[in-house]
Amino acid sequence: MNVLRKRPQRFSPSLGAIYFWLFTLFMYLPIGLLILFSFNDGTTLSFPLRGFTLRWYEALWQSRELITAVTNSLLVGILSSLVATVLGTMAALGITRFDFPGKSLFLSMAAMPLVIPAVVMGVAMLIVFTRIGIPLTLWTVGIGHVIINTPYAMLIVAARLAGFEAHVEEAAMDLGADYWGTLRRVTLPMAAPALAAAFLSSFTTSLDEFAVTFFLVGSDTTLPVYLYSQLRFPSRLPLVVTLAAVMMVISVMIVIAVEKLRRMTS
Amino acid sequence: MASISTPFDPQAPAAEKRRLLLIMGPPTLALLLFFMLPLGVMALYTFQSGTLGGGMTWSLDTYRRFWQDSALHRLLWRSALVSLQTSLWCIVLAYPIAYYLVFRAGERRMTLLTLIIIPAWTSYLLRILAWKLILGTEGLLNTFLLWVGWIERPSPILLFSQTAVIVTLVYVWVPFVALPIFAALERMDKRLLEAAADLGSPPWHSFLRITLPLSLPGVVAGFLSVFIPTLGEYVTPLLVGGVNGIMYGNLIQDQFVRALNWPLGSLMSLVMLLALLPMFLLFRRSDEVLQP
Repeated sequence: MNVLRKRPQRFSPSLGAIYFWLFTLFMYLPIGLLILFSFNDGTTLSFPLRGFTLRWYEALWQSRELITAVTNSLLVGILSSLVATVLGTMAALGITRFDFPGKSLFLSMAAMPLVIPAVVMGVAMLIVFTRIGIPLTLWTVGIGHVIINTPYAMLIVAARLAGFEAHVEEAAMDLGADYWGTLRRVTLPMAAPALAAAFLSSFTTSLDEFAVTFFLVGSDTTLPVYLYSQLRFPSRLPLVVTLAAVMMVISVMIVIAVEKLRRMTS
Repeated sequence: MASISTPFDPQAPAAEKRRLLLIMGPPTLALLLFFMLPLGVMALYTFQSGTLGGGMTWSLDTYRRFWQDSALHRLLWRSALVSLQTSLWCIVLAYPIAYYLVFRAGERRMTLLTLIIIPAWTSYLLRILAWKLILGTEGLLNTFLLWVGWIERPSPILLFSQTAVIVTLVYVWVPFVALPIFAALERMDKRLLEAAADLGSPPWHSFLRITLPLSLPGVVAGFLSVFIPTLGEYVTPLLVGGVNGIMYGNLIQDQFVRALNWPLGSLMSLVMLLALLPMFLLFRRSDEVLQP
């Protein structure tokens, strides 16, 4: 019955597999190299490897600037992701549970930060903040990150909300719960994995964001800004690589967590 | 998408309006205030001239200057070509991946898809940084080839060139192209292929006449999701491009950071947005087609 399976295959199936695994290697190789060289006992980044060391990791702990940058990034990341998750959830509720005039207009507006080049977003916000006299600090960076992440958060939560019918909520309300009670005790708990996924994916984006941050950061530093500033000094490259390796491993772990949460939701 | 309202509540419409306002108000306000307003102010800024801090006046000088500066136009054109090449390479590399996953990988396809997407969701800056370290005369690629004896002396390949920018951008964006193509192929009715085979169509013919056309919305979505953001790219050229790999985005950044000609920078941004406008519309269209 299934003709597809009986059909003589023009490609041997392993050819596709070989290509797939070569491609996967290509995707992971640069990341692997960063991690490999973070343990390399040499002052330049070049082959051959010079032996195993943990001294770059020790040096990381001793850099005061770095610790400031990490603290700043965590603060901005946590706060902006919380706000983005809340705003995104609100928008997701609005677009999946209500019909209102201007809905498609709102959707167009909310989709724009997803596609507009980062440099445009960065300079447009820079102009406004400078014009109305808001000094460039971590706060302005945070606002930028909220705008970047709210549309993503909205999409993640809306996908979950569209996944279960409004019937459950209607049932709760028929049984006497008011709207906000239903929201708090039925809708949001059911969407909780999506909320967590939205928060975590906003958080990883925020930790890593450079292109917009660059324009809004003023004289403060976040982790990517610090990393970028260190690139000018060749002697610090091993340290940069080590920091990069740490950030990479952490972000891979968060990404896998987000993926697990999203699997739970669909 | 029915709205929730208790059918017997006479106050439902008013109450629902209030709820809607409470729920949609904050996100709408945030986007208007911190996204639409900045874009609007930026558009107004293009009608200003003069220096920052000094007297700014309303004029069309910036427009005149942009119009006359053919170097700017060339750079915009060259950046568009870089983005175009990047997008096309991404499609060429990603299509077989998506095809393999949908038609050959069976039950494991979601896991394998996640496997190649994970790097794409990690740090953008770090992945560019990695390529800065790999390419270049003293880079990992050269020193590795020297070390194993494949080359005699380091060749100053790649780093600080347009090729370096394209290689890096392809690496960064290719998974995002695999995703929509995968989605399009996954949605395709596989029985069409069986029917074609029953009627004696050879596999290659079926591919060209059925699979490829049906996957086109995914290809278009993938193309645009690379082309649009890379056109304004400035971080990658900054790190791996050098003087030869400079892109339009770098010039915009330059107007705000060093040259301090904000009106010109604003106009350059605006021109880029307008140039991208048809693509935004096409993007929405292809996205709608891909939605179930």
